[in-house]
Amino acid sequence: MKNHDIVEKNVGLMVILIIVAISFGGLVEIVPLFFDKALTENKMAYEQKLTDGKQEVVQLAVKPYSALQLEGRDIYIREGCVGCHSQMIRPFRAETERYGHYSLGAESVYDHPFLWGSKRTGPDLARVGGRYSDEWHRAHLINPRDVVPESVMPAYPFLAENVLDGKHTAAKMEALRKVGVPYADDEISSAAANVAGKTELDALVAYLQVLGTYVPRGIRGVKPASALPTEEVAE
Amino acid sequence: MSNFWTGWVFVLTLTCLGLIVWLLFATRRRQRPTLTEQTMGHSFDGIEEYDNPLPQWWFYLFVATIVFGAAYLVLYPGILPGKFNGILGLVAKEQYPEGWSSTMQYKNEVKRIDEQYGPIFDQYTSTPIPELAQNEAAVTIGRRIFANNCAICHGSAAQGRFGFPNLSDNDWLFGSDADAIKKSLLEGRRGQMPAWGQFMSNQEVTNVSLYVRALSGIDTKASEDQLAKGKESYIGKCAACHGVEGRGSYLNANISNDIGAPNLTDDIWLYGSAQHQVEYTIRNGRNGAMPAWKDVLGENRVHLVATYVYSLGQKAKEAESTTPTQAK
Repeated sequence: MKNHDIVEKNVGLMVILIIVAISFGGLVEIVPLFFDKALTENKMAYEQKLTDGKQEVVQLAVKPYSALQLEGRDIYIREGCVGCHSQMIRPFRAETERYGHYSLGAESVYDHPFLWGSKRTGPDLARVGGRYSDEWHRAHLINPRDVVPESVMPAYPFLAENVLDGKHTAAKMEALRKVGVPYADDEISSAAANVAGKTELDALVAYLQVLGTYVPRGIRGVKPASALPTEEVAE
Repeated sequence: MSNFWTGWVFVLTLTCLGLIVWLLFATRRRQRPTLTEQTMGHSFDGIEEYDNPLPQWWFYLFVATIVFGAAYLVLYPGILPGKFNGILGLVAKEQYPEGWSSTMQYKNEVKRIDEQYGPIFDQYTSTPIPELAQNEAAVTIGRRIFANNCAICHGSAAQGRFGFPNLSDNDWLFGSDADAIKKSLLEGRRGQMPAWGQFMSNQEVTNVSLYVRALSGIDTKASEDQLAKGKESYIGKCAACHGVEGRGSYLNANISNDIGAPNLTDDIWLYGSAQHQVEYTIRNGRNGAMPAWKDVLGENRVHLVATYVYSLGQKAKEAESTTPTQAK
């Protein structure tokens, strides 16, 4: 019996060896990041020019999704938006020219699961928040061709008709809290009331309008807070 | 990165590389050196396998990927992250004072382009828009920035659509001069029509709608009485923004341009001209929102987009003056 016969004829052994073979990449590239404080503690900061010309250091304060935004995110997942839209601006000039500051790990801390995507049939949406008006988003989601005649995006007119009841919103937030999203008790208890009666369209637009807005427009360098003078850090 | 994690990456990377090299050469050593007719001795669905060595091209390709991987680890930060950032950073010390990093590579690229194109943009920005609108290259750049950022609402030919103004005609909400256009782009605009549904009876809404449609020369089939009543309500409730004559805030010297109340006499309708559309607008109001682009595009690019939009207005104006005017 040749050596590779042993592996080929023992499925269990083969599975173990495959796991060993493919785990090197993850162990080297991903595991150390779990212990990188700049990422896990969400401490990123940027310098902002004040009106009097002074520089102010502002800490990046990414907030968990509100109840309505969270429902919008779930609709984004349900409709498979991630299949055609990435949410990941890479640090290339061609991308930052079009979409804004490259995406930061700290911006995804409350995304479970993350929706970075890997396919751009449509544009990247990582910083679409505030770029277009709510009315534009409504018209565009109901029928993309109404606003962009060249668009190949499917129409989602039913989103405007489906009304949310918020029955499961609190449970979703509870679950997210278990994996580290810091929702306060009153946020969870008021979740159903904040969502009930709103349409799926409202929720999706609320979600889209918050994407990437924690890094203000025009900021060109967000760094780990430790790399900037700490005494001036304002929350 | 702490010493522990640097060591972790170092040990695992070398172990992985070592295992791959070992596996390749260990299996090669046991292979017969030449091609053979002898099979492996197994048959699946009648398919058998020759007991041949790895093809030469495949073997050398595998070796090449290992060499590539090793070269990558030496050139870029990979083998000792935080301690040794690769030879690439050492060679280009000026560009990478702290060793090579993707962030630094990005910053260098941005800097290089800024240095190359910055002076051209600065020169454009220091040229007044009406003068710059004669410069074909500047207008083309403006049109391209417009296509990438503005066309999504205003259309690829700036023709607008329901709720989003047409920018290719000579009709303006917030003013036609270069400064007003640039201000709209830099700071954004709010076109707010209040909702009158609670303050007007249904009859009144109908009458006002008939009246403002008639202002644009639409044949509304309304009675004299309806139009007179409509006018009375219009003067009381609408004229403050749209002007007594209904020519909007931009054409009325007494009303601030920044209100952006449309001209109601020109048969150009942002939210539709049908009776039910005009009634809806009056009853529920409208909220047009133009986002601010100052921080997204920066002033240099805004200046060029403003130049493009200004040039569109100028073209429309010329076309108006050369063709016989239609009934106002």
